[in-house]
Amino acid sequence: MASYTVIHEKAEAFYDTFERKAELQGQTHYCPGCGHGIVSKLLAQAIDELGVQDRTVLINPVGCSVFGYYYFDVGNVQVAHGRAPAAATAVKRSRPESIVIAYQGDGDLAAIGTAEIIHAANRGEPITVIFVNNGIYGMTGGQMAPTTPLGKKTATSPLGRDALNEGYPLHVCEMLNSLEAPVYIERVSLGNSKQIMHAAKAIKRAVENQVKGLGFSFVEVLSPCPTIWKMQPVEAKRFVQDEMAAIFGVSNLRDRSKEAQPRPAAAAAPALEDLPRLLDLVNGSGVEGAAAHPPQELDMRIKVAGFGGQGVLMLGEVLAEAGLEAGYEVSWLPSYGPEMRSGTSNCHVRLAHHAIDSPLVSRPNVLLALNEPSLRKFLPVVEEGGIVLYNGSEIPEDCVRSDVRMVALPFTQLADEVGATKVGNIVMLGALLEATGMLEQDRVVAALKRLVHPRFFELDLAALARGRQEFRGSAADDYLWGV
Amino acid sequence: MQKQLTKGNEAIVKAAVLAGCRAYYGYPITPASEIAEAASLYLPRAGGVFVQAESEVAAINMLYGGAAAGVRCMSGSSGPGISLMQEGFSYLAGAELPCVIADIMRAGPGLGNIAPEQGDYNQVVKGGGHGNYRTLVVAPDSVQEMADLTTWAFDLADRYRNPVVVLADGFIGQMMEPVEFAARATVPAPPAWAVRGNAETRKNLVSSIYLEPDCQERHIRKLEEKYKQAERAEVRFESWRTDDAEIILVGYGIVGRILKAAVELARARGIAVGLLRPITLFPFPSQPIRDLAKHAKAFAVVELSTGQMVDDVRLALAGRTPVEFFSRVGGNAPSAEDVLAFLEHTFPDCLPRPVAGRQEELIHG
Ligand SMILES: Cc1ncc(C[n+]2csc(CCOP(=O)(O)OP(=O)(O)O)c2C)c(N)n1
Ligand code: SF4
Repeated sequence: MASYTVIHEKAEAFYDTFERKAELQGQTHYCPGCGHGIVSKLLAQAIDELGVQDRTVLINPVGCSVFGYYYFDVGNVQVAHGRAPAAATAVKRSRPESIVIAYQGDGDLAAIGTAEIIHAANRGEPITVIFVNNGIYGMTGGQMAPTTPLGKKTATSPLGRDALNEGYPLHVCEMLNSLEAPVYIERVSLGNSKQIMHAAKAIKRAVENQVKGLGFSFVEVLSPCPTIWKMQPVEAKRFVQDEMAAIFGVSNLRDRSKEAQPRPAAAAAPALEDLPRLLDLVNGSGVEGAAAHPPQELDMRIKVAGFGGQGVLMLGEVLAEAGLEAGYEVSWLPSYGPEMRSGTSNCHVRLAHHAIDSPLVSRPNVLLALNEPSLRKFLPVVEEGGIVLYNGSEIPEDCVRSDVRMVALPFTQLADEVGATKVGNIVMLGALLEATGMLEQDRVVAALKRLVHPRFFELDLAALARGRQEFRGSAADDYLWGV
Repeated sequence: MQKQLTKGNEAIVKAAVLAGCRAYYGYPITPASEIAEAASLYLPRAGGVFVQAESEVAAINMLYGGAAAGVRCMSGSSGPGISLMQEGFSYLAGAELPCVIADIMRAGPGLGNIAPEQGDYNQVVKGGGHGNYRTLVVAPDSVQEMADLTTWAFDLADRYRNPVVVLADGFIGQMMEPVEFAARATVPAPPAWAVRGNAETRKNLVSSIYLEPDCQERHIRKLEEKYKQAERAEVRFESWRTDDAEIILVGYGIVGRILKAAVELARARGIAVGLLRPITLFPFPSQPIRDLAKHAKAFAVVELSTGQMVDDVRLALAGRTPVEFFSRVGGNAPSAEDVLAFLEHTFPDCLPRPVAGRQEELIHG
């Protein structure tokens, strides 16, 4: 790359002087006969003709065209190898008025960036992508590209590209043409003057579509790289015209620019004052009317455990929500991950009149065991003097601990009697409230109102009452249990 | 505003929107998915952008584009996704683009599992990408801090023109606690250097390229100076019952919470223990650790990793004070009782003392 192409008749969208190198201010860094020089010029012309220089943001790739920002007098963002469509997506989404043009080589777009281009196209991002296919990695010195013709020798296919080892030249336009969203897909060539004139039109169309607010527009340009191909510029041009065109085909694959509707403009952003409401921060789930001070000294370390589907997490959440409403410090921590497998579920809930140190409950003073495995697993860690409610008609003989207060009630069965198996957790909650007096009824009702579907609210109230009633009538002697 | 029971992952998003975040780009991963889910609901409501990217690689490069366009934007992920983002972190730091990324850590290496761990410390705090850069890292220990530190992260990102990571773990992401959110929403004006596709910003360029070694060195030195400035100005930590402590526990995130309970247990046994909880992991509270070393006999670092942050504690102390280490990994967390047992086993000579009065202080440096 010892010499440079001089571009005559500078487009407005080009800078007057190129400041990449102090000694070469009138020249680009492209080699003589390089397709990038021509494509840049065509693109600059299109920007001029459409009058969008101020609005244009050029996304510069990694590859020989990395330095587009030295030439294009537009907003410029230089991005990581292959990721131009991702960055372009974000610029366009946040600045819909801008004209975002991603300019990429074949290594950039068709190898490392394959995922990004396909998904930007599939989302129909209303951007313009100019894809310069020169069948080689120019910048890194001539390694094989996904678009390298079969048989072609490169620095990394020294015996020639072999389909068995390296696969076939990738036809990007055809891949994108299988997608629903793109508006415009065309493959053009720089093989001769006529083709170049046509390329100019295609590039302009691809930018114009964006100016009109239409969808994703894509132009692939078959382009010479005389330096790496080790050809004279004229020979390289002929190679593009004859060989590249034969492999890839030069044609318009899709033009829906007539039918496509401009995308609707985004709705105006809401006023900042409205944000708390839009974030569900006030009215709705916010705890209004919460007590300022905890009504009593309390340090509940509750473990709720059972099968998935028994409402374990919900029971914990109602306790935490009601506790917050009552003025306590609270935390709710679900066990997830390894413990969720095999369908078991548990959560740690703390309610305290003081700041809560660890939200993990390793020594519970309340165990709510909705099934037998949970009772067996967590009973040994319950603190001396703690409370255990077990969902069953009786505590299994080998599970009895004399230093904790245990009550077994068939909560699931009681729930069935109330009207739905799924409220077994709330029946248990009723029993806990009755046993401990830890929370006032209206706090719990308010929490339920916020958390459960209105359809189940009455049922839950009935379940709560049933739990209280059953506990009162149960064998528990020292009712009311302190906490 | 009233406190409301909020999940850690959701608190991040609500705080972000209140802080002016108007774009979210991310890819789902447990235990961080609720961040993307909340973002998909709230960002559009706030007139912002939500895109579920095709990968974390795409997501971080979307952040790059969004930040370049002068918009406060964020992403969220966990270990495997954060690994994929590392090239992007390097580009963001190199191009001096502000944005916020939440890492809700899970167990690794490889696919590992989805339970909480703190194994991403090195890749996030030390920088898993190439080149001389740092990410600023904040480590919440509660849902309230998920909100508060996210708000602060956006300010830090803008002030330092650098990516900021909110480094939490599966517990903090998944748990619910009462949160009081910022009373007022803000949207800062776009910075002058941004590329917004208008006449005013046409001459702007966002790039990490400095071809001449001298220019690249100048750039790197400038970044280096920013990081030093952050070390001077932004260190945050919590010091808990350290005044009379002979042993200083050090832990961040959920571990900090467990250690508070352990401090209570240990003091009830007459062992004079305190806690230093780093809130910023970069910049790391090295000086506060050295200050505590003047009185403490030993440090005990607890992590949900085989020993990552402990290196920074050892660096801070430079061999002056013994540093012991205790960990659980793989998705397990030690209980406060486990920590107590570790302390009793490791420091048999720590004579029981009368239980000291409760002291709490939050120091913001
Ligand atoms: C992640 C990453 N991998 C590899 C590279 C090295 N690299 C720079 S440009 C390039 C290929 C460029 O080829 P192409 O996109 O075809 O553009 P051309 O130079 O031919 O115009 C490669 C592999 C890089 N910069 N980043
Ligand atoms: S190496 Fe090839 S692609 Fe790169 S500037 Fe030279 S001719 Fe153009």
